[in-house]
Amino acid sequence: MKSRSAIFPLNELTMRDRQYAGYLFILPNFLGFLVFTLGPVIAAFAIAFCRWRITSRPEFIGLGNFVELMQDGRFWRYTYNTLFLMLGIPLSILGSLFLAVILHQQIPGAAVFRTVYYLPTITAGVAIYILWKWLLDPDAGPINQLLGAIGIEGPRWLLDPFWAKPALILVNFWTVVGGANMVLYLAALSNVNPELYEVADLDGAGAWRKFWNITWPMVSPTTFFITVMSIIGGLQGSFDAVFVMTAGGPGGSTSVLSYYIWEKGFQTYQMGYAAAIALFIFLIVLVLTLMNWRFGGRVVHY
Amino acid sequence: MPTTRKRIFIRALSLVVLTIVGIWMLLPFAWMIATSLSHESKAMGSGRSMLSSLWPQPLDWTNYAGAWHELNMGLLYLNTITVAAATTIGQVFTSSLAGYAFARLKFPGRDKIFVAYLATMMVPSAVIIIPLYILMSKLGWLDTYQGLIVPSIFTAYGTFMLRQFFMGIPSELEDAAKIDGCGLLRVYWHVVLPLSKPALVTLTIFTFMATWRDFFWPLIVMNSPRKFTLSLGLAKFLYEHGPKWTFLMAGTVMATIPMIVVFLFAQRYFVQGIRLGAVKE
Repeated sequence: MKSRSAIFPLNELTMRDRQYAGYLFILPNFLGFLVFTLGPVIAAFAIAFCRWRITSRPEFIGLGNFVELMQDGRFWRYTYNTLFLMLGIPLSILGSLFLAVILHQQIPGAAVFRTVYYLPTITAGVAIYILWKWLLDPDAGPINQLLGAIGIEGPRWLLDPFWAKPALILVNFWTVVGGANMVLYLAALSNVNPELYEVADLDGAGAWRKFWNITWPMVSPTTFFITVMSIIGGLQGSFDAVFVMTAGGPGGSTSVLSYYIWEKGFQTYQMGYAAAIALFIFLIVLVLTLMNWRFGGRVVHY
Repeated sequence: MPTTRKRIFIRALSLVVLTIVGIWMLLPFAWMIATSLSHESKAMGSGRSMLSSLWPQPLDWTNYAGAWHELNMGLLYLNTITVAAATTIGQVFTSSLAGYAFARLKFPGRDKIFVAYLATMMVPSAVIIIPLYILMSKLGWLDTYQGLIVPSIFTAYGTFMLRQFFMGIPSELEDAAKIDGCGLLRVYWHVVLPLSKPALVTLTIFTFMATWRDFFWPLIVMNSPRKFTLSLGLAKFLYEHGPKWTFLMAGTVMATIPMIVVFLFAQRYFVQGIRLGAVKE
């Protein structure tokens, strides 16, 4: 019986065969990509220009959704909420940098600390948000009990329109500060030439000067990258946390844009409108990404 | 040059700060476990000391049984594991083939197609989810497992990450194999894949965990409680039955432990994954 290679000599593939091989290799992934990723992206543009409640036929209305969006009070309110929650970003970035700087010294047990600090990120999700919902419970939760023990009457946290957003920022901070950003900073810190610090020591520089003039500039690429990624993520995110902890309340004070998309698209099934909101977010992400590309070189300085 | 005494002081202070931060990170977990082991009446009481809430006396294990039954944890586990495993296998398999092709094989349109992949990575998931939902509806895949699994297999991240990795492998081994007469598939299977274990494992772990925790997509796709995943089951229980904290904490513990276990065993892959850009925050 002839071996297969005699009939189809694999080691003598022509150029054409190699090309076919390429297409074959990507075929499963590419088909899925077309149907479930690229197709939907293109479709989203079309849907946003329609009025479509999923049961009926779509109706082209041009920029109608966007016009309505601009006049939608709740939309602007929720945009404000989203931006407010993003105030936590500089806090968590600085926190990660702070932790990274401290951890970077040769401290005994650094590996243990790194592991522990990463736990919140690893477990983040519905379960952890349920946990925090209890922690922040004004009556049964430990946080108010702790405050009570030192004589402060704790606020109603997630039930209070004023405190709900800060509470969400706190939860997000806890989840994120010891996670990927800190790891990235640790890596960046290892790349800083120690001689720079030695020279600074010889010049008699104090800790703050060393940080501000050496550390901060040397990790600025990482800072920039993390900031842009966090902003892009922050514009789209927080759905899980909001859904579990506050359901957008109280009084709409924690509804973020991603939550609004869910309300419009999957509660009232106004698909066209929801797609318009999503595209609006995409537009901002696009602008930010372009700015990143253009100006990234200037902000990063050594 | 800071004096040795100053150095020791800074180190000691750092250790203290790190420890305090560590405790702050762990405290919520401690409470989670403690509440899951508390009797309902004790958990809700006020006026008991903070410390006693962390060490319930007596330890009440019935919450776990209760959660298992009322939350249907067994079913939730089964669904979540199935969905996560299927998605991960699909993602890793198709992405590694495609990633290799983009990295090593030449075919017309290769780079243009790859740019398309990159472009979609920038698009917020909310943009994609709406048409995807409509597609699921038209296909009759709503409230089905395949509706949950199949679209999640085809995100561009896996392909992108593996392509970058494959490009970093020196091609001499592959060339040697080709000279020896191996066809492409052989080269891929016997030479490239074994070399890529770190990247493949990283992708596997990340995909598995991301799918395990996923909430939004299961929320809109699944309606039947017996098909819920862990995230969905826990959230729905909270909404329908209100805050039965002791049960919920037991459920939370059960949902969280697997993640922690995987993490502890595979830590270095997480650091690697962050460096390879596999993390989608």
